[in-house]
Amino acid sequence: MSNEVSTEILATHVLDLAKSGKRLDGRALDEMRHLHITPGYVTSADGSALVELGDTKVLAGIKLEPGTPFPDTPNAGVLTTNAEIVPIASPEYEPGPPSIQSVELSRVVDRAIRAAEAIDLKGLCVTPGEKCWTCFVDLHILDDSGNLTDAALIAAMAALRNAKLPAERFELGETKPLDVRHFPIETTFVRIGDAIVVDPSSAEEGTCQGRLTIATDEEGNVVAMQKAKVGAFSPQDVAELVERAFVHGNKVRAALGQLG
Amino acid sequence: MRQERHGQRHGPQRHGPHGERGPQEDRRRHERREAPAPELVKERTVVLPGQELDSGDYHPGYGTYREGGKIYASVAGILSIRPPTIRVIPFSGPYIPQNGDVVIAIVKIVGPTYWLVDLRAPHYAPLHYTGTPWKVEYGECGEYLRPGDAVVVRVEGMDQSKRIGVSMNGDGLGRLSGGVIEDISPTKVPRVIGKSGSMIRLIETATGARMTVGQNGRVWVDGPQEAIFKVRKALQIIDKEGQRSGLTDRIKLFLEER
Repeated sequence: MSNEVSTEILATHVLDLAKSGKRLDGRALDEMRHLHITPGYVTSADGSALVELGDTKVLAGIKLEPGTPFPDTPNAGVLTTNAEIVPIASPEYEPGPPSIQSVELSRVVDRAIRAAEAIDLKGLCVTPGEKCWTCFVDLHILDDSGNLTDAALIAAMAALRNAKLPAERFELGETKPLDVRHFPIETTFVRIGDAIVVDPSSAEEGTCQGRLTIATDEEGNVVAMQKAKVGAFSPQDVAELVERAFVHGNKVRAALGQLG
Repeated sequence: MRQERHGQRHGPQRHGPHGERGPQEDRRRHERREAPAPELVKERTVVLPGQELDSGDYHPGYGTYREGGKIYASVAGILSIRPPTIRVIPFSGPYIPQNGDVVIAIVKIVGPTYWLVDLRAPHYAPLHYTGTPWKVEYGECGEYLRPGDAVVVRVEGMDQSKRIGVSMNGDGLGRLSGGVIEDISPTKVPRVIGKSGSMIRLIETATGARMTVGQNGRVWVDGPQEAIFKVRKALQIIDKEGQRSGLTDRIKLFLEER
């Protein structure tokens, strides 16, 4: 809804609502949209998941292939995250080379997976310096209704949990589930006037004064952060948001855990 | 009456001589499934693109095309027969501007003597300063309307190649301030308006909000925050369920809640 985002009167309305602790879609400031996860959505991938967060839809696919380790990490496998924002996702997006949004998205998701050591990269090494597994995490943004970051990481984690290491196909031993050790979950907040809301919709993202994404893991660590858009958060704000990110992250982790 | 006759007359000719098709049982069954028997193609039924509607008597209207003497649906929607025209009212689709439409537009680009506004149509439309109530000096358009402003305008001067212009001179036209715009599918606009404005009156009376409905599916709502929220919810229901019957009752029921 690119038109919505840039409309002056919508921005004013969202600000007015925030002043009285309300949101455009009737949610509480601390309420996320309905989350629905479909693991194993693409049967031809080594792992996949479709995540629907409200009207936002992200499809994640995992491909595991043998490759060469990077020279500076000869004992580790390779993790590559790529985000593809297709033009059907929103009228804003055009076909062509990766946009700023998709580069940011893939980097922020990649950072959370990497920093939380969610997958055991050392375990993906086959022969040090010569052969290792390359793990491709491909994110397809099918519908952008706001908060792509959170939805994309949930999709990536659900897909990784669902992934199998196809060792038999490449004659590298037995096929087994991918070793997923940690569960990073990102929580995005935006500031609207004096209010700070979780899981912003696209209208809220278009109106906000500052966006902060906090990635937490299940052991109580903050593993990554990303600050974007024009606007500031005070140190007290950040401390409070970290607390809120854990509460929110644990809720999502519980939902993911139930999928088995 | 007419529908029955319709079915009887065209029924036997539908698939051509089946017997001549030989032993290709699978293919035949497949074709039969894709094109239902014509007695099913009645007024107010759901039709799909490519579905045969008539073999010649009617004029093809919106959402249909004629090929080989037959009329087919080109969009998914509900069949409407208004002799001599047969047309399909689509479930969803883009806004196609027509002369005289009052629409809500968003200013996108400011030029020296005009603004380019977005009507949700395939192209931006120019709003020339002569089409506004203001006396604008050359190059000072930006002092009156800026990108992101919402305006109520009328579509004027559309020619055969669908090039359009819009004007802001007239009753109820002008710049919007306050309130919020809710986007719905342009095909649901008649449902939001109702019979001679009955749905608008129903919603406005029940909530105390004010509405302006643009033919392009943008609805401007103003009033207290709770009223705006309620109206937006009602609009979302109409957008989702507008093609089903008993809409007015459901909206009434929704508006009476709490």
